Amino acid sequence: MLRFLVRRAAGYGVLATVATALGYVLASLTLHPAARYAGRTPPVPPSVVHAELAALGVDPGVPVPARLWHWLTELVTHGSLGLSVRGVPVTAEIAARAGTSLRLLLLGSLLGALLGVAVGTWGASRQYRWPDRVTTVGSFVLLATPPFVLAVVLMTLAVRLDSAAGRTLVPFTGEYTPGLAGGWPAQLGDRAAHLLLPTLCLALGTAATWSRYQRAAMLDVLAADHVRTARSMGHTRRSALWRHGVRVALIPMSTFFAYSFGLILTGAAITELAFSWHGMGEYLVRSVVDDDVNAAAGTVLFTAVLVLLAGVLADVLHAALDPRVRT
Amino acid sequence: MAVTDLTATSAPRSGAPGVLRRTFRAPRARVGVAVLALVVLAAVLGPVLSRWDPFTSDVTAFGRPPTALHWFGTDSSGRDLYVRTLVGLRTSLAVGLVAGPLSTLIAAVVGAVGGYLGGRVDRVVVWGIDLALVLPSFYLLVLLAPTAGRAGWFAVALAIALLGWMVMARLVRAQARSLRRRDFVTAARFLGVPTGAVLRRHVLPHLASLLVVDATLGVAATVLTEATLGWVGLGLGPPAVSLGTLLAAGSASAVTRPWLFWFPAGLLVVTVLATSLVGDALRDALDPTTGTAGE
Repeated sequence: MLRFLVRRAAGYGVLATVATALGYVLASLTLHPAARYAGRTPPVPPSVVHAELAALGVDPGVPVPARLWHWLTELVTHGSLGLSVRGVPVTAEIAARAGTSLRLLLLGSLLGALLGVAVGTWGASRQYRWPDRVTTVGSFVLLATPPFVLAVVLMTLAVRLDSAAGRTLVPFTGEYTPGLAGGWPAQLGDRAAHLLLPTLCLALGTAATWSRYQRAAMLDVLAADHVRTARSMGHTRRSALWRHGVRVALIPMSTFFAYSFGLILTGAAITELAFSWHGMGEYLVRSVVDDDVNAAAGTVLFTAVLVLLAGVLADVLHAALDPRVRT
Repeated sequence: MAVTDLTATSAPRSGAPGVLRRTFRAPRARVGVAVLALVVLAAVLGPVLSRWDPFTSDVTAFGRPPTALHWFGTDSSGRDLYVRTLVGLRTSLAVGLVAGPLSTLIAAVVGAVGGYLGGRVDRVVVWGIDLALVLPSFYLLVLLAPTAGRAGWFAVALAIALLGWMVMARLVRAQARSLRRRDFVTAARFLGVPTGAVLRRHVLPHLASLLVVDATLGVAATVLTEATLGWVGLGLGPPAVSLGTLLAAGSASAVTRPWLFWFPAGLLVVTVLATSLVGDALRDALDPTTGTAGE
């Protein structure tokens, strides 16, 4: 099993490296850092523009492969991702934002996956009866609702709730209330309260996707002979479902997890923006607006690493659930 | 589907009329098609019914809620939201209708070529697909979006299609691989039919149902992606109007001027929902493993 995982991880590593290089090239080709200096009063002399861009390593006069090589060697030798256009090291900025994004991503995707698997299993085990119909309609509506619309729906509900209660029960702007008194227990509680709506927003969207796939996988398994065999050998319906149904249905889901992770990341980025969190999603959008090549490339690297980790995790889950791949 | 052994085994399910009949047996397909027809009709004819145009301001009504004069209200510069929403819907539908089928086409070509040819070509294709899956396509799309947005809606559709074909290409490839070993394909190959013709005549027609479903669901996904890009502020630039750009402007005032947000958002959700209902019903009707279309 270890050899299987190591081989897969090495493959992912190569892919992530190439993908990051591609991301850097794409950012270099589509973003125009020199445009930041255009139209300023007083006009910036071309020599200054040239010197500042060269200091960042984004001088358009240097061919893209040479810039990529410089960026990669800096990354490997110094662990540096360069400076952003605001002069802050990209690694420092990512370190400051990663926690924000990961908190939401971990909680939201975990909750969403559990909810999705539970709802999908429930629906499949009562196919075409009311639980199945209600969850199917619900998931279709949620799938058609982009995260930023869902965020506004949740915020509107929270405002209704707050005004009914006469005080703020569910705070939802930003990650915490600035200048809150009461020491760390109060601040921790405040952060948890701020997490509620964004997590729900991400989890609901994720659960909608997952429940559809889990329902389909579960229906395939329920029709399979081994579940009927388990029933005929005296297992109760519940035990046959759990021990021989859910476990088998989860095997394709572990592969699906690797594929859907990109979608979850996108959902998380949009959710962050909708709730004005200063996470990686905001960093990516700001880097594009600012024509900041280093920041954009750093975000792509961060994301590729996350996808890679998700891929390894999916393989581990797959190996844990399915003994056939462990050889 | 000219080869005898296959038409024999799949005869009851082949042919478009049967598929359509099975599709429409599902109530969700009927609802989806009806709603979609209304949405398209609204996009095509809706703006004509109003006396306003999407760009001129009504200086007597800045940021007003819906009235008899302005059916969906006006935005802060006095532009009529009804006309803007329906014109925006036109753009969003156009992007969806171009990018959905286009990404399916790319997936079909890449997947079928890789799966059918096998060997080195296949390894390159698989590697390319894996590579594309490592980078979340939305992140790359965000990098491409400002460039594409300046060039117009077609460029946005092109960018979305270019970054949205990978998952489908994997499925097509797997199917093409198993088709390659089937007798009728081998026969065609040994008769000297050129590779391109084998793919066109024998491989792709067998994947038609998969591709039709993917294209339909692709329209829904693209409309959502365009709206998301627009909401982030990186989609089409002004003066172009799409549901995404309207939502970008509307979500900031979702509390103070809710009509600016809820009309475009509602229309977006309804359009995507109707399209995916049709796609889902099509899938059930075309997929031989799902009993009798579920009802």
